Amino acid sequence: MHPALQGMLTIAIGVGACITYFWGSNQFLDKVLYPPKGPNAGRNINRANMIRPWLFLFPAIFALSLYLAYPVVETLRLSVTQRIPGGGSEFVGLDNYKQMFGESKFWEAMRNNMLWLIVVPAVSTAMGLLVAQLTDRIRWGAIAKSLIFMPMAISFVGAAVIWKLVYDARPPGTEQIGVLNAIYVGLMGGEPQQWLTIPFWNNFFLMIVLIWIQTGFAMVILSAALRGIPEETVEAAIIDGANPFQVFFKIKVPQIMGTIVVVWTTITIVVLKIFDIVFAMTNGQWETQVLANYMYDKLFRSNDWGVGSASAMVIMLLVTPILVWNVYNARKEMR
Amino acid sequence: MSNIAGTKSSLTWAVHLSVVVLVALWLFPTVGLFVSSFRTADQIATSGWWKALFPQEQNEVLRTAEPGTQVQEGPLYVIEGNLFDAGAESEISAWGTSSREISAYAPGETADMGEDGRLTVEADGSYRLENDVAFEGRRGERVFVTATAPPEFTLDNYRQVLLSEDATDSMAKAFFNTLTVTIPATVIPILIAAFAAYALAWMDFPGRALLIAAVVGLLVVPLQLALIPLLKLHLGIGIGKGYLGVWLAHTGFGLPLAIYLLRNYMVGLPRDIIENARVDGASDFQIFVKIILPLSFPALASFAIFQFLWTWNDLLVALVFLIDATGETTVMTRQIVELLGTRGGNWEILATAAFVSIAVPLAVFFAMQKYLVRGMLAGSVK
Repeated sequence: MHPALQGMLTIAIGVGACITYFWGSNQFLDKVLYPPKGPNAGRNINRANMIRPWLFLFPAIFALSLYLAYPVVETLRLSVTQRIPGGGSEFVGLDNYKQMFGESKFWEAMRNNMLWLIVVPAVSTAMGLLVAQLTDRIRWGAIAKSLIFMPMAISFVGAAVIWKLVYDARPPGTEQIGVLNAIYVGLMGGEPQQWLTIPFWNNFFLMIVLIWIQTGFAMVILSAALRGIPEETVEAAIIDGANPFQVFFKIKVPQIMGTIVVVWTTITIVVLKIFDIVFAMTNGQWETQVLANYMYDKLFRSNDWGVGSASAMVIMLLVTPILVWNVYNARKEMR
Repeated sequence: MSNIAGTKSSLTWAVHLSVVVLVALWLFPTVGLFVSSFRTADQIATSGWWKALFPQEQNEVLRTAEPGTQVQEGPLYVIEGNLFDAGAESEISAWGTSSREISAYAPGETADMGEDGRLTVEADGSYRLENDVAFEGRRGERVFVTATAPPEFTLDNYRQVLLSEDATDSMAKAFFNTLTVTIPATVIPILIAAFAAYALAWMDFPGRALLIAAVVGLLVVPLQLALIPLLKLHLGIGIGKGYLGVWLAHTGFGLPLAIYLLRNYMVGLPRDIIENARVDGASDFQIFVKIILPLSFPALASFAIFQFLWTWNDLLVALVFLIDATGETTVMTRQIVELLGTRGGNWEILATAAFVSIAVPLAVFFAMQKYLVRGMLAGSVK
């Protein structure tokens, strides 16, 4: 069967099954189990209303537990076991972690992830804030914003190809077709460089790709926050003689600090999970390894589930503070 | 006062200018890929894409027609024709007959090549080669020209990438596979999440607050953790690697955001409408289908765009849950990574393949930007 047809069929079956489930289970509850009539009508309505939320929630809870909650536990278990050749597994305690901590590639990935964590959220947020402020008052600001926002729609892999062309290098003496080398050779008189193979600095060339993508996100959110600042505060500052820079840094930024933190943490989570860009551009060579790609290497290239799961747990551990903070805020808000 | 007015206008100019620079910087890489996808391999390899928009001067080696086409005009043997292919609009600025002196003559001049005859080349490439004796041999005379060619673009790359039978270059199948992954993976989570979001927003039951907190927590759980346990599970229960597995995985991974976005939106709907409907005897199911769903359209659209972009652009989930050893179910992102490996230098194929894959999300992005922005604001400012 043609996959497109198969896809259509699945949509029909999937959507049909969902609707049948929701409709059918509600009908069953109201018509068969606890009909709101007869001698026990009142009691029946109450009981039906106690059960109904769970009918609505069941598929979601089931999928969430199976696809997100269970894996956390299972990964934790896998990280302290080792597969025995021929099937089965045995408990090995912290051996996988010990082995991982002994690998220089892991520490390289950790170092790079930390670099990414420091640079990308900071630069993306700052650039986003800058663009949001600059485009706020100009007439063609909406168009400018939409163009800077555009990379959000481009896949990491697509972005990797786009930037590989920018970083492309040709042998010395021939015409450079990568913009960066064309500028470097043409205007600064250097030798053409293979930018992605220069250890340490190549990390930054990879980060630029993510910054290019995430700036639009930061800009959209911060721009909305800037719009939400009460006019009076800005006007009062101007009347008091504040210059535009003072207005921006002393009046506007403090008022949107909460949003800046949210943007920062959201990008931080993206950075912690960064995989595609490194996978497609360098695959971790030339000292550009990151945790997610290290994990992928362990899981699917070396087939070492123990160490792979251990490195996945490291990513989880790094995400946990943000997770706790988010849950804490959400609960505070609901009260 | 004029002083202050002066600084203000110069500041405005600075703002306009810096926005122009930033936008140009942001667009430049993408435009490069776009332009490259319309150039031939030779053009890409010999000059930067930013030069493609202007006429280019290049050196070429061309040949006159072969001696078989000569005609006799009185005592002279003559070969006439044009060095360029029909339709080319190149203009010759200099030419020569030897590789050591490729610009020895100006257009219109005549080169005396001794016993090989006399050659006259005009700026438009037309030439006249004459001799007192008949031309011999099988090949025409070599002519070295320095010509300025107008910008030239081609659709051949798209033809090759979309229509070629060659499996390594072809994006057509991968395009349909991507579509097959994307659409169910977008529709199904919306449906499941909408019901759950309604329950979390408008129904009262013990444990509701806890569930909402759990959804917020699961929002940030890295899907990397799910790879091995779920692959094991899929292999164990017989789903294996394939579309069903990838649909289920995307559904699971997309649910927290879907529930979170939709619940935040539904909570904001006016209480009166819902309570009036309850008083009128509508059941929760009816309220949901007839009132909540239509009113929540903007939030549903926001999430649909998110999920569509995310599943279309995804690589990792497809690698783990979908693509098996046969490669029959490869998706576009995977195909491009393959191309990066096997045809890293063939920019015409790479650029075109990449552009085919980003064209659809870009179209969706520009058409539905309003909903995307709205969804992002609802999803993170809270």
